[in-house]
Amino acid sequence: MFDQLAFLGVVLISITSLVLLVIKDWRVSITALAIQYLGVFELVGLSWPLELAAVKLVAGWMAGAVLGVALLGVTDKTHKNERIVFGSVLFRLLTASLVGLVSFSVAPQLEASIPGIRYEQVLGGIILIGMGLLQLGLTALPLRIVLGLLTVFSGFEILYAVVETSTLVSGLLAGVSLGLALVGAYLMTVPTLEDIG
Amino acid sequence: MSTPLIWILFPGLVSGLLIFLQRWERVVAILATLTAALLAGLAWWLPVKEQLFIGSWTLDMADTWSIMGRRFILGPNERPALVILYLTAAFWCGAAYIARPSRVFVPLALGMVAIMTAAISVEPFLYAALLIELAILLSVPFLISHDRPVGHGILRYITLQSLGVPFILFSGWMLAGVETSPGDQVLVQQVSVLLGLGFAFFLAIFPFHTWIPMLAEEAHPYAVGFVLLLLPGAISFFGLGFLERYSWLRASQTTYEVLRFFGVLMVVIGGIWSAFQRHLGKMLGYAVIVEIGFSMLAISLGEQAHPGSLELFFASLLPRGLGLGVWALALTIVRNQTDGLLFKDVQGIARRLPAATTALILAQFSIAGLPLLAGFPVRIAIFEGIAKISLSTFLWALIGNFGLLIGGFRTLAVFVMGPLDENWKLTETRVTQAYLIIGVGALLVVGLFPQSFLPLFSNMSHAFEQLIP
Repeated sequence: MFDQLAFLGVVLISITSLVLLVIKDWRVSITALAIQYLGVFELVGLSWPLELAAVKLVAGWMAGAVLGVALLGVTDKTHKNERIVFGSVLFRLLTASLVGLVSFSVAPQLEASIPGIRYEQVLGGIILIGMGLLQLGLTALPLRIVLGLLTVFSGFEILYAVVETSTLVSGLLAGVSLGLALVGAYLMTVPTLEDIG
Repeated sequence: MSTPLIWILFPGLVSGLLIFLQRWERVVAILATLTAALLAGLAWWLPVKEQLFIGSWTLDMADTWSIMGRRFILGPNERPALVILYLTAAFWCGAAYIARPSRVFVPLALGMVAIMTAAISVEPFLYAALLIELAILLSVPFLISHDRPVGHGILRYITLQSLGVPFILFSGWMLAGVETSPGDQVLVQQVSVLLGLGFAFFLAIFPFHTWIPMLAEEAHPYAVGFVLLLLPGAISFFGLGFLERYSWLRASQTTYEVLRFFGVLMVVIGGIWSAFQRHLGKMLGYAVIVEIGFSMLAISLGEQAHPGSLELFFASLLPRGLGLGVWALALTIVRNQTDGLLFKDVQGIARRLPAATTALILAQFSIAGLPLLAGFPVRIAIFEGIAKISLSTFLWALIGNFGLLIGGFRTLAVFVMGPLDENWKLTETRVTQAYLIIGVGALLVVGLFPQSFLPLFSNMSHAFEQLIP
């Protein structure tokens, strides 16, 4: 079903992960995360049955919803929107382009070493892992760290879906995504809980 | 009836129930302690794969629980681990009422133990990585203090531990390829690197160890102590599963050399940093790093070259559990009476809290392997084994251990220094004193009569039949 649209998934993933890295508005970030999971769903759907691949989409959207709902109740603005500095954006764009270059150069080798994987899946997976790691390395804010971890896990799930089709693993990975979102929500709301008393 | 239902589902449900009762801390602590003690007792006594007669009822005790096409198996081999896991939970939940960490500590600690039990029983065993990750995420709420901002330690803890999962899962898939073509050296190298990175993240091996002292500085000492006891133990158990299943891995000399190198590195780093440390929480963290290092050194001895090395690893769990338990409890009592855990905050505190400070110092010395205390017999045996293999490794490990001792003596000096006109008085409550006396007594008794206690733990090595020649 997704064979013809495979490259669209890679494009979606690349744009949304770049948005997550560069744009600091939390509403934009949560929307980008939701669209990113559409791309993940599409690339996982190349290897998995539709109903199993949909687990990734549902879990991802639920994770986004959990983070979004938590952020609605957060009063501390540092969790929500960071100040945008031109130098920082430029630096992030440059490092993201490096991740893109590395992904394009590594993808053919990885494609050859994982039987049954498609080029688009390798490319999408590596881009997400790279961008997620970049995000993790450039921030110390709970929201950004959770978004980074969710991105890394999404990339890994695309690659792992090719070699593992177990329902239990799918469920556990969905549990990890949701768990990360819940932990992120908890970390952001702790100061607010203290305010409430 | 199957055993996984008893030791995974039941405590999981109790944990969920206790979250709703968290307002009544004493009730929650008692219920959790009783549940954990009951499960430890059942693990000791209940027959597996046999019929159990209760009055006119007959129960078939199966050891397997199938869910979503995968199985959880808790057979006779896992029973010692179950006893240890649930006894640990019982002791930590029992003393939680005195230590008073976060209200969610007791329910979530019981939940963590249930998930760890699932991790040691799941087949294929690789999926344990995901369960361990879930347990890690479950620990986050009780590691955060509501009265201070979220620190960098907890964020680094979540990040570094989570990054281990993809490496372990992917290396697990690649290991199947190595099994079919063991001669493919490129594949073997790739798997080794991935597996090594996965365990480096999970076990907080250098350079991914930084979250331990940071977390120990930020979070409640009792909650941190529990996590730092449970996680490395369960992950080491998981790691031994790899050695047990993959013959090429346990036959490779490089495996043991790498373990030895990073083990001694951990001991040296933890020991030296501990010697220069001025924060008591961080000192606990560095001691855990040293302990992880000694665990790796014990495994690195290898059963072929040094029969009994696996027994040493399992035997070390008892003194580590006792030492960390007493240390974390005593540290909590000190923290509750002071402004912080820096040396300047605890100067002369021994005159006000003699029981807690004595327990803390003895626990620290036990972890450092001082004679007559619980940690000594295993530590000296590990030193003996390393000295036979490599003198330089032995000397470096000795330096690291010496650093831990220096840290202990510095703490002792700070505790007793203070105005001479201040009188010594016992201000701890009777219940607190009782807990501390039991803990210190256990450290001394295990140190004096190791032959009576350590075999209970060292016998766990029989669960790994392939590793014992």
